[in-house]
Amino acid sequence: MLLDWSNHAFMKTTFLDFEQPIAELDAKIEALRFAQEDSAVDISDEIGRLASKSQSLTKDIYAKLTPWQIAQVARHPQRPYTLDYIEHIFTDFEELHGDRSFADDSAIVGGLARFNGQSVMIIGHQKGRDTKDKIYRNFGMPRPEGYRKALRLMRLAEKFSIPVFTFVDTPGAYPGIDAEERGQSEAIGRNLMVMSELRVPLICTIIGEGGSGGALAIAVGDCVLMLQYSTYSVISPEGCASILWKSSEKANEAAETMGITAARLKTLGLIDRVVNEPLGGAHRDPRSMAGSLKKALQDALRQVSDLSPTDLIERRNARLLGYGKFKEQRVA
Amino acid sequence: MSWLQKLLPPKIKRAEGTRKSIPEGLWSKCPACEAVLYTSDLESNQSVCPKCGHHHQLRARTRLDLLLDPEGRFEIGAEVLPLDPLKFKDSRRYTDRIAAAQAETGETDAMVVMQGAIKTVPVVVACFEYAFIGGSMGAVVGERFVRGVMAAIEQQLPFICITATGGARMQEGLFSLMQMAKTTAAISRLAQQRLPFISLLTNPTTGGVSASFAFVADVVLAEPGALIGFAGPRVIEQTVREKLPDGFQRSEFLLGKGALDMIVDRREQRDRIAALLTLLQRIPAVQ
Repeated sequence: MLLDWSNHAFMKTTFLDFEQPIAELDAKIEALRFAQEDSAVDISDEIGRLASKSQSLTKDIYAKLTPWQIAQVARHPQRPYTLDYIEHIFTDFEELHGDRSFADDSAIVGGLARFNGQSVMIIGHQKGRDTKDKIYRNFGMPRPEGYRKALRLMRLAEKFSIPVFTFVDTPGAYPGIDAEERGQSEAIGRNLMVMSELRVPLICTIIGEGGSGGALAIAVGDCVLMLQYSTYSVISPEGCASILWKSSEKANEAAETMGITAARLKTLGLIDRVVNEPLGGAHRDPRSMAGSLKKALQDALRQVSDLSPTDLIERRNARLLGYGKFKEQRVA
Repeated sequence: MSWLQKLLPPKIKRAEGTRKSIPEGLWSKCPACEAVLYTSDLESNQSVCPKCGHHHQLRARTRLDLLLDPEGRFEIGAEVLPLDPLKFKDSRRYTDRIAAAQAETGETDAMVVMQGAIKTVPVVVACFEYAFIGGSMGAVVGERFVRGVMAAIEQQLPFICITATGGARMQEGLFSLMQMAKTTAAISRLAQQRLPFISLLTNPTTGGVSASFAFVADVVLAEPGALIGFAGPRVIEQTVREKLPDGFQRSEFLLGKGALDMIVDRREQRDRIAALLTLLQRIPAVQ
């Protein structure tokens, strides 16, 4: 189910815990608007004043979000998902299904499309909006067949020299019995290996949750972008807290110390570019979000599209092999 | 001294103080069959229980000693040492954890890489040290692994990796996750050179190591009874809210599902790996 973008201005925003002051103000504005309709007194000035107050309040709150709060924004139920971006950044999307050996995993979508007229391959995690849809998409947690579908589409793109865009938004690969039986580990590992040697440009964007190996399995590329309020981590803050602090209540501390936000990861040199989000997060204005993401994708593709396949792989491998901070000391 | 202690007959107190204790480590108990074994018997059997065949945990250097010929070995990547890029602190500082693990194990991080030979067949072998922060993969493990692979490429040798690990090292955050991409990219280079890569999975092999290079080897071997999987059993149980089937995620289960080439008893590993290496490289059999 896609976000209803045409009606977006009228869609009721879901507010997060730390946004309660904004929610209260917006409720007041809403009430005044309602009163305005059958009132003789003009209160539009008051409404305008409150609206700008809501704006500046949002600005204040969003200026000092903690990593844990950013993780909440990244998981916001109204956040645009892969299919939303496909709809507004690309044209002529032809969805391709199935891994050709077991099933079609709806937690990963993929297919051919046009980007400014050019043929491209798109692969992305897909979460669901309502309960039924969430279950259908398995909460964006792929099984091996999802990763194998992604692999098949990457190979297909390579065969026809078509660049690949991936969109990452998953809590992680599905930790289930069937997923283990069908080789979740092998499926993820195989993708990492193939992505390191794929002979076409690979542009990866973290649009929501970048959950560990399940995210990385479609996130090895020539350019890694992150939306401003998305997260990318080796383990979820809750998972890390329950292992190291022995309590998932400490998720905010874990989020802080692990470094999961776009800004921090950019500083650490682990991603290439942060794409700014509209005030209050991508879900407040998906259209403008799609617009700035499109520009960023254009730039990223332009940077690598002139490279020969050999140079492209050489450049990508130099990046991959350079990951990690350590010291060197001659041993006797 | 409390009144109770004063009341106790002096004999009992004296007996406690003078009791001769059994020397530490003379006996070990097999966790699988509960047989009490002479530690020296266990060790002379490559730490495989002589009663039930249970494969006990091995230290990385012991394993390399058992696998490699004694002559002409040297270590690769020992110069690479850990840092704390995130200034990570939970209940303990990461730097303290590293220092404690170093003191406890005598290793500088969770991987030892050696060049040497197995029954005269030259190889590079990377081996995880599970005793060092659960054999977790951070930047040092990743870099030593890559240096091992690069040495193999340079000298046109096969590469072997023996895993014993819980996965990525949380204390290095996303740097650890990126080690999955890094190590696997190195394996892809090895594959382009048509050099064999053999992966030997031992107890346990899970998480980010299982889901990167471990299963993309040309031949995937496992020790009997090893726990191998992407997610740990506890996480799966919490997710699916049902009891896991017997033997789930053990080597024998994986073999049945088609995830492994074979299960190899530790005492046969030298022979079998040497055989595989000579077959893959089309060189005559070694005696």
